[in-house]
Amino acid sequence: MAILVDKNTKLVVQGITGKQGRFHAQQMIEYGTNVVGGVRAGKGGEWVLGKPVFDTVKAAREATGANCSIIYVPAEGAADAILEALDAEIELIVCITEGIPIQDMMKVRAILDTSNSRLIGANCPGLLTPGQAKVGIMPGYIATPGPIGVVSKSGTLTYEAVYALTQRGIGQTTCVGIGGDPINGTSFLDVLQMFEEDPNTEKVVLIGEIGGTDEQKAADFIDKHMTKPVVAFIAGQRAPAGKTMGHAGALVEGNVGTAAEKIEKLKSVGVKVASYPEQIPDLIMQ
Amino acid sequence: MNLHEYQAKLRFAEFGIPVPRGKVAFNANEAYEIAKELGGVTVVKAQVHSGGRGKAGGVKVAKNPDEAREHASKILGMDIKGHTVNKVLIDPGANIKGEIYLAVTNDRAARKPLIMASSEGGMDIEEVNRTAPEKIKRIHINPLIGLRSYQITELASGINLPHDLWKQFEKIALGLYECYAASDATLCEINPLAVVEEYGQTILKALDGKMTIDGNGLGRHPELEALRDTSEEPQEEITARESDLSYVKLDGQIGCMVNGAGLAMATMDMTAHFGEQYGIGPANFLDVGGGADPEQVAAALRIILSDKNVKTILINIFGGITRCDDVARGIITAMNEVPTQLPIIVRLIGTNQEEGLAIINSANLTNMTGAKTLYEAAQKAVEAVRGAK
Repeated sequence: MAILVDKNTKLVVQGITGKQGRFHAQQMIEYGTNVVGGVRAGKGGEWVLGKPVFDTVKAAREATGANCSIIYVPAEGAADAILEALDAEIELIVCITEGIPIQDMMKVRAILDTSNSRLIGANCPGLLTPGQAKVGIMPGYIATPGPIGVVSKSGTLTYEAVYALTQRGIGQTTCVGIGGDPINGTSFLDVLQMFEEDPNTEKVVLIGEIGGTDEQKAADFIDKHMTKPVVAFIAGQRAPAGKTMGHAGALVEGNVGTAAEKIEKLKSVGVKVASYPEQIPDLIMQ
Repeated sequence: MNLHEYQAKLRFAEFGIPVPRGKVAFNANEAYEIAKELGGVTVVKAQVHSGGRGKAGGVKVAKNPDEAREHASKILGMDIKGHTVNKVLIDPGANIKGEIYLAVTNDRAARKPLIMASSEGGMDIEEVNRTAPEKIKRIHINPLIGLRSYQITELASGINLPHDLWKQFEKIALGLYECYAASDATLCEINPLAVVEEYGQTILKALDGKMTIDGNGLGRHPELEALRDTSEEPQEEITARESDLSYVKLDGQIGCMVNGAGLAMATMDMTAHFGEQYGIGPANFLDVGGGADPEQVAAALRIILSDKNVKTILINIFGGITRCDDVARGIITAMNEVPTQLPIIVRLIGTNQEEGLAIINSANLTNMTGAKTLYEAAQKAVEAVRGAK
């Protein structure tokens, strides 16, 4: 068992003919993900990596029965790509693209809230269910199957944590990157709920960062609804206020969203908070 | 990206919002000329990207052009919270009867635009927000349909605005929302939206303006990108933006080069974790990007080295899709292009890490040391700074 993606995922790649899309499509296929086709307007009928290319997501879905889409489209067209996938009623949409304007994402959000689809990201590394499916850009070899659910706002920091777990022989059910944008499709709460309900997940690692109040809300959720232990790490303790730290969402506004505030809140509900990423496996094993 | 007050007000005017007909001066004589042209009482206002200008003495009323010159010569060159003032706005004085606060911003938690108004506008709006938040009326806007008239009515009645001003208020609120939506703004703020007496009439006027633009939206607004004022930005941050690197200058001694924003923050935190007791910390945040190719690495090195506070460099790369041997070659190439004698701690982990470390070791750079973990790398970097002192 796992959450969100597994052996039954039928994946279509939006932007499969681009440099990033093609490279990562190949990596996903090599990992064993069931990639059923790609989408690129104007290239329908062509073949890439032995997979059929379609002009639209709807056509791809009708021909292949795809239930999941991954988006490697540049920022200016990414919101449109998400809306297209929503319109085609794809159940799970994962958007890797970084740099989508916030107002575009607010409009996407308004449509998303009235649909039955789920969006992961944008500006995220995607999903990895070790041994079953990789939908995104996480390096497959760093993970191994096991009982830990991982949810994170960051890319390489997630790799660091997952790799540290794997090195110590602790495997993962699913690793979920929800992305570093201020407005995203799936929150910590959504994923925590899924891990709580997943019978194979025993413990959860949550990796957050400065900016916004998602981690504080996650703490409230953990307090009220989680029976499984959670270990957390929060990046950006030394970040100055008013400066965006790489991720558009990583911004301390006034006194809102500091690492100290988040760490304190998580600790107050019994979450063990690691001082540095490599300490996460120690806390998981306690 | 922040706009200056005068830039924001010009933009507001394009959306039908009444603003004073002031002009910008770069020296005291220009201030005199503008004040003379405007006639009567004027206000001399520092144009810097910092709040609290009034309280810092950066805003002064001048009775005549000579006084405007005097104030301008004092305000120009003034330091306001670390920002040097190099231009002032000269606005005509106003007969103010009341001050309203009006703003449109992104509500991150609600994932919607938010319009806010208060009858208690002016310098202490933050204090009002802290002590009496109920005095600020807030209404969420559906981004698909925009701001509606009935919502503005709700806002106007919520702040007890006199009925005779409602029509003006509606036009201004709609203009402000349109300006926000058409500019990819994250904030459009009028404070104060003043109730002024002019030629026997009571009108609403935006005496001050603030706008922040979403960096990710700037690509489709070249006219706003052109308003960027680089004179207040550290040179390193300008160079970084031009090289597509994400960089923020800090005041420590350890120059950090990392791939990925989260890991870059974690690396900064780690150096402070070990260094704090000795007054040692990170000199910067720098995300070299997922690829970390030689050109990017060289550009990053140049930026880090241009900061004279830097005593040690810490390179922390997690090779995910990127291969550590490629990154190692990039580092060595960059070292040849940008030679330095500063101690460099390199930590490469992930895909092909052994090959990567072998390349670093075989380059025989005496100032370069490898590290296996982030913990060890941060410790070594702090030790190196202490050794250099």
